[in-house]
Amino acid sequence: MSLIIENLHATLEDGTPILNGVNLEIPAGEVHAIMGPNGSGKSTLSKVISGHESYVVTAGSVTLDGVDLLELDIDQRSRAGVFLAFQYPAEVPGVSNANFIRAALQARLPKGQDIDAVAYYKNLYAKMDLLEMDRKFTARSVNEGFSGGEKKRNEILQMLMLEPKYGILDETDSGLDIDALKIVAKGVNAMRSPDRGFLLITHYQRLLDYIAPDYVHVMSAGQIVRSGGPELALELEKNGYDFLKELSPA
Amino acid sequence: MSLDLLPETLDQETAEAVNIDRSIGDFTFPERNKFDAGRGLSEKTIDYICDVKNDPQWVREFRHRALKVFRDKPMPTNWATEDLNNINFDEIRYYLSDGEKPKRSWDDVPADVLETFERLGIPQQERAFLAGVEAQFDSEAAYSNVKEELTKQGVIFVNSTEGLKEHEEIFRPWFGKVIPTGDNKFSALNSAVFSGGSFIYIPKGVKLKQPLQAYFRINSESFGQFERTLIIADEGAEVMYMEGCTAPKFETATLHSAVVELVALKGAKIQYVTVQNWSSNVFNLVTKRGLAMEDAEVRWIDCNIGSRLTMKYPGVVMKGRRARGEVISIALANTGQHQDTGAKMIHAADETTSNVVSKSISVGTGRSTYRGQVHIPKHLKGCKNNTECDALLINTKSRTDTYPAITVKGNQHATQHEASVSQVSQEMLFYMMQRGISEGAAMSLAVNGFINDLVREFPMEYSVELKRLIDLEMEGSVG
Repeated sequence: MSLIIENLHATLEDGTPILNGVNLEIPAGEVHAIMGPNGSGKSTLSKVISGHESYVVTAGSVTLDGVDLLELDIDQRSRAGVFLAFQYPAEVPGVSNANFIRAALQARLPKGQDIDAVAYYKNLYAKMDLLEMDRKFTARSVNEGFSGGEKKRNEILQMLMLEPKYGILDETDSGLDIDALKIVAKGVNAMRSPDRGFLLITHYQRLLDYIAPDYVHVMSAGQIVRSGGPELALELEKNGYDFLKELSPA
Repeated sequence: MSLDLLPETLDQETAEAVNIDRSIGDFTFPERNKFDAGRGLSEKTIDYICDVKNDPQWVREFRHRALKVFRDKPMPTNWATEDLNNINFDEIRYYLSDGEKPKRSWDDVPADVLETFERLGIPQQERAFLAGVEAQFDSEAAYSNVKEELTKQGVIFVNSTEGLKEHEEIFRPWFGKVIPTGDNKFSALNSAVFSGGSFIYIPKGVKLKQPLQAYFRINSESFGQFERTLIIADEGAEVMYMEGCTAPKFETATLHSAVVELVALKGAKIQYVTVQNWSSNVFNLVTKRGLAMEDAEVRWIDCNIGSRLTMKYPGVVMKGRRARGEVISIALANTGQHQDTGAKMIHAADETTSNVVSKSISVGTGRSTYRGQVHIPKHLKGCKNNTECDALLINTKSRTDTYPAITVKGNQHATQHEASVSQVSQEMLFYMMQRGISEGAAMSLAVNGFINDLVREFPMEYSVELKRLIDLEMEGSVG
């Protein structure tokens, strides 16, 4: 069981290259972190894996347990087991959180089979308790009028409910105060298991204090330029990304 | 248990009973009309209808006068769509019936007509939650019945033909008073050839707990349906009336042109709920207006799905002090359709209050137009109007227009108007699909979210089906 990214190249619709040969394997059970300066392609990587239509894959492959993800539609990739916690989650006016998450769970059931409402709410409330979320949250429209912290917590709640094989967290720590960060980390840590992998995209070591990664990678100009253990994040925190200048081919 | 789960827990029978899936309406039976006015409209057509219906002389004269008005009035293409010119009045069949009187029991309804309404779920709905039902098949009602205890309380629920003959003393003083023949070209046409529709009278202080329902079914090709409804709620009375409509998908265009007049006397309340689901070649040109006397309330709750062109602007004339008028409308214009809808609020007394909330959804090449009119004259005091109209566009080809006309004179009134246009953005779709929701289901969710607050205004049995109908429309519109 593994998420394997091989030689992945992607451009914007106008041909501007963003990913220039990304190689990364995340076996189930492992937590990998990708760090790197702004514009290095970290967030793009998460969107290309999920199938965002603003990007064109020009070479390479992404497979999940041998399934070619690039052949699948956005919703099929999700159902295959990829979850993206968005940096800027969209608002869905008029659709309650409870109905939205239920629609996502319903989409995973065979036709004609319905979610058991009582069991669903029991599960939802348990996960909300873990994330210290108010019950009123279920009736609020998805992300509408949410604070930054509430949005991020909502992303983690959805991940807890959908139980993906792989969770990709795109700068989930940005804009969170320390208490909210601890709660989010608690949610992610509760999901860690030998069957599940995570990819954490972050600028800061801070998140990794609470969610301990197995590996840390540095991305620059659309490629992974260095990989190492958790100590690499500490080194970056101390010395910054200056070393990248030495690495750059120009 | 959270409230937002409730509508899903409708029992199976009720859910099936209110099915308004358009494909379910797409069938027809062979015509076996004993009375057929033929194609085209002339004095002879009017006389034929009068003879068949055995109209009293005053109705015959009313119809002939209306025909003249219809002919004199130009097609309103100076402000409305040119598509109106595609209605061929010479090809339309203005009256079709099997000559049977409306039955009080479904057992007596002819087998093909019974099967039609059974497939549309009408008898099942009646059993499940209705106080009375009228089922119209082309020009005439095939079935009409109201619960016995209501008859004992003096409630009248019959078709318009029966109303004008058997209850002339109540019918005639109000007939054509809220919407005069010359109001517009199509109210004149209806006045000339009207047949069917409901006449309802709710006596003083009688409050109906369950709704009354009428169902209008077009079975024959090139047919024009011109029902005429008059509802009178006497002082302190309360009634909810629901109408549903379907027609099979014919090769040629069909015309539906109704006139609906509501009269709410002192302290009365009338709610008129429409769920219209016409096939995509019906011209639906309807005039609806209510009169609200002192402390009375008239609410139009209107959902327009389907049809080729709908033109409908329900109105309320607030004639008594503290009268209230409300129009809540949802319109969905799919590819090839034009929903031209709105509201008219005429304030004619002090301290009257009106509220208009309109939401439209345009999909593909579908077009939505909102026309609103609010009139508050100078000599009045303390009137209030709130108008909100929101449009949702799905894909760039769709179009929406808003034409609000708010005439407020004097400075002792409060009005506010808000309008918005939004889109289902790529980022919203990506977000929903990233959670595993298919594109069609994501669109439905976005659309249902957009109209969610209005759907709650519909009776629960209808709101569930409304949601399902929108799901069907949206699934058909993607990929």
